This record gives sequence, C-alpha cells and structure tokens, in this order.
Amino acid sequence: MKVSYYPGCSLEGTAREYDESLKAVARNLDVELAELPDWTCCGSSSAHVTSDRLAVSLAARNLILADKAGLDLLVPCAACFQRLKAAEKALKSGVRTAGVKDKYIGSFKIIHPADFIWEKFGEKVIAGKVKKSLEKLNPVCYYGCLITRPPRITDSTNPEDPQSMDEILRSLGAPVKNWSFKTDCCGGNLVLTHTELAKKLIKKIFDMALEAGADSIVVGCPMCHSNLDTRQKEVLQDNGQAYHIPIYYFTELMGLAFGEPGVEKWLNKHLTEAKSLLKQNNLL
Amino acid sequence: MSSIQTHVESISPANGQAAELTELKELNISFCYQCEKCTNGCPLTFAMDIMPHQVIHNLQLGLVEEVVNSDTIWVCASCETCTTRCPNEIDIAHVMDRLRQHSIIRGVKAAHRQAPIFHETFLSSVRRFGRMHELTMAVEYSLRSEGVNGLRKQIRLGLEMMRRGKMKIIPGRWRAGKEVDDIFRTIKRK
Repeated sequence: MKVSYYPGCSLEGTAREYDESLKAVARNLDVELAELPDWTCCGSSSAHVTSDRLAVSLAARNLILADKAGLDLLVPCAACFQRLKAAEKALKSGVRTAGVKDKYIGSFKIIHPADFIWEKFGEKVIAGKVKKSLEKLNPVCYYGCLITRPPRITDSTNPEDPQSMDEILRSLGAPVKNWSFKTDCCGGNLVLTHTELAKKLIKKIFDMALEAGADSIVVGCPMCHSNLDTRQKEVLQDNGQAYHIPIYYFTELMGLAFGEPGVEKWLNKHLTEAKSLLKQNNLL
Repeated sequence: MSSIQTHVESISPANGQAAELTELKELNISFCYQCEKCTNGCPLTFAMDIMPHQVIHNLQLGLVEEVVNSDTIWVCASCETCTTRCPNEIDIAHVMDRLRQHSIIRGVKAAHRQAPIFHETFLSSVRRFGRMHELTMAVEYSLRSEGVNGLRKQIRLGLEMMRRGKMKIIPGRWRAGKEVDDIFRTIKRK
C-alpha cells in the first residue's frame, strides 16, 4: 500500500522521533510513505489568527501537490492535519486562494496515522505483528484537540471519546486506562505566549492521568508531546510535586511491540526520561 | 442619560465598526440563544474577562470594541471545544480568530503583545524558508518578546533540546520558498 506523506515542520525538528518511529511502523505494515516533494508549511495556528485567506492558501499549495500524487495523504501532526482538513473543506465550499497557481481538485483523503492504521489494519493484523506484548504498561491515550475537533472539519465520528489510539494500544496488549481528559487541551502555543496559563492545563492532564492509575501518556501530536514532555520538569517544580510520567508517541510503542531496533534512539530524544519504565517491565 | 439610551447608542455601531460588524454577522452569531455550552466547556475561562457566550452576546449587541479589546481573545487556545459543542453550529473559535485579526490591525494591548509577536515571527520564518524553522524562530521570538532576558529564560530548554537532537540546526531552503513568498505577497497587496 502506498500513501502520500506530509510530515510538517515539527517532524523535522522537535518531533523527529515521531517521524522516525512512524516510518518504522509503516515498514512493518508494508505501507510506503511517499513524502510530498517540496512540501511547505501548512500555516499552522499562526496563519488563521492573521488572515483566513493566508491560512487557506498556505495549506492549498500542499493539497495541490497531493492531488498530483493522487494518493491518500497521511498527516501525523495534529495541527497540520486540522489545518489541511480545514482548507479542504473551505476550498470545496468555493473559498478562493491567493498566489497559488494550480487548481485544487481534492481527489484524495486526508488522514491521521492513528485512524489510518486502525481503520486499514485493525486488531488482527496489529496483534499479529507483536513480538513484545505491552501487557505490563498502564497507559492513557491523550488525543488533545486537533485530531478530532471540530468534527465538521476533521470528520471525526467520536470527537468527545476517540478510540483509534486506545484500540491500537489494546491490540499491542496494553490494558489502556479510561479517563475523562483524553481530548482536553494542553495549551498548544500558549506555552510560549502565556506560559503560566499553559502550565495550569498541563498540570491538570498529569493529575488526571495519575488519578486514572496510568504510568504513561500516549500521544499522536507533536505539540501535545512537546508540552507534556519538555515542560514536565518545570510544572512539577512549580507545584512541588515529584512524580514522573513518560510521554510516548503511539508509534514509538508500536515500534517497541513490533521489535524495532531503533526504539532507544527515539526515546533518548525525550526530555522526560522514558526508558526506565520499559526496562522495569523487560521491554527494553 | 438614562441607561436605556446608553444601551441604544451602544448598539448602533460607530462608523469604523460598521464593516467589521457586517463581516462578523456572516458567522451566524444571531443564532446564539445563550445556552452557555461554549463557556462551560472552555478550559481557559479562569483567565478570561468576558466569557465566550458573552463574547457572542456582545457581538449581537454591536459591542465590537469591548470584545476586540478583551483578554479573552488572546487567552483562547483555539482548542475548538466551543465550536464542537455549539448546538447552533456557530464556529466560535473562528469568531475568536476574526476578533484577533481585528485586534492585530488596531493594536494589541501590552498584556498580550507576546501573542502577535509569536505569530509574526512564526510566519516570517515560513515566508523566509518555506517551512517554519524552530530554532531560529524560537531565538527570534524570545529576543523580540522579552529581549536578552527572554533568551536567557529559554536557553536551558533550548540547549537540552539541541543536545538531544531535537533541533534542526541549519534551516533548509526549498525551491518552493518562492511560491510561498508569492502567497504572502499576493495577500499583502489585497
């Protein structure tokens, strides 16, 4: 199976381990990721705050590249995913672009890898690839905002209680915990502009994960990962707390369960130590 | 002046606001019946001066100035919970975007100036390189928002991320960079 791939800017930098682990998982599932040639930034959260037209146009340039490739488009970053979906809907309703030469047709589907993997492969195929069961881990899956919201843009069928990452993790053997914060907000870019506010939201997510009895949080978004992983130390210091919750991309845990050799290299990039929990459970 | 008169005056928008109001009305704000689902689901109301349902109500009454100058529009994280839950399908998060766009044009108050600086720095990185380059963006943002002190605050985190290979050091240049610049130029002309 072959799909187009739009990594987005974060996956070249702060979220490299997401890019590398997703590619490893794709190899295991015989999915060829054809990166869009010469892709550019989708505009992220900054374009739509500045100008509707700019947001649609920056995204449209990439959608036109995907049209030419003619394959479904896999978008691992939740912000890119939602911006490209928003542009898709706007363009289909007749909104015009500015400064973009070609015309958008929309011959393909835009899809987040968690949904893609769960819908295309399902429990049997995923469980069949497992070499190390994750039965001793107790994760919660954290989707954040933009994988599912708003559903009229994302086409999510269950925006208040999404399941794709939960189902994937269960297929890997993990007894995934239920919790009520799976689609709450981590603050996104407020972490840079209004840091103290974002840290309050981040703390709540940690507290609720612990209350659910989780030992780790699993994500599918580079901003969620960045806020929960790189700011964890600060948040704990501010609040005089001393726990430690590793934050994993769901693709890292898939790679681990599939017996991929690169896992330690991915986890070494985390700022919140992420290997000891796996070592304790003989997974590393 | 009686309070009723004040009220009537405030719903006939000042000249400069007329265009803004027509544009905001396209967003179906008149559909709102104040059920407050937006406010009850919002994770940031603790930092807001005007609650999301009140923002919509103010707009119904033509009180654009109040909401454009509010803290609310800048502490909104664009999490889209309000838009998702609105029973009248008002895209409240998009209303916040439109209000921020107006606020940027009029000048953002000091307490929130970091937000437009962030967006400007982000977009100038996109315009320059075609893709956003995190390292130069972060340095430029820290310097522009809080000067050398801002840089000092972020440097420990930045260095640790670099040490762990989380930062692309040299920004790439893409043939497509020119196409992205064309988009920015065309929009600026309009």
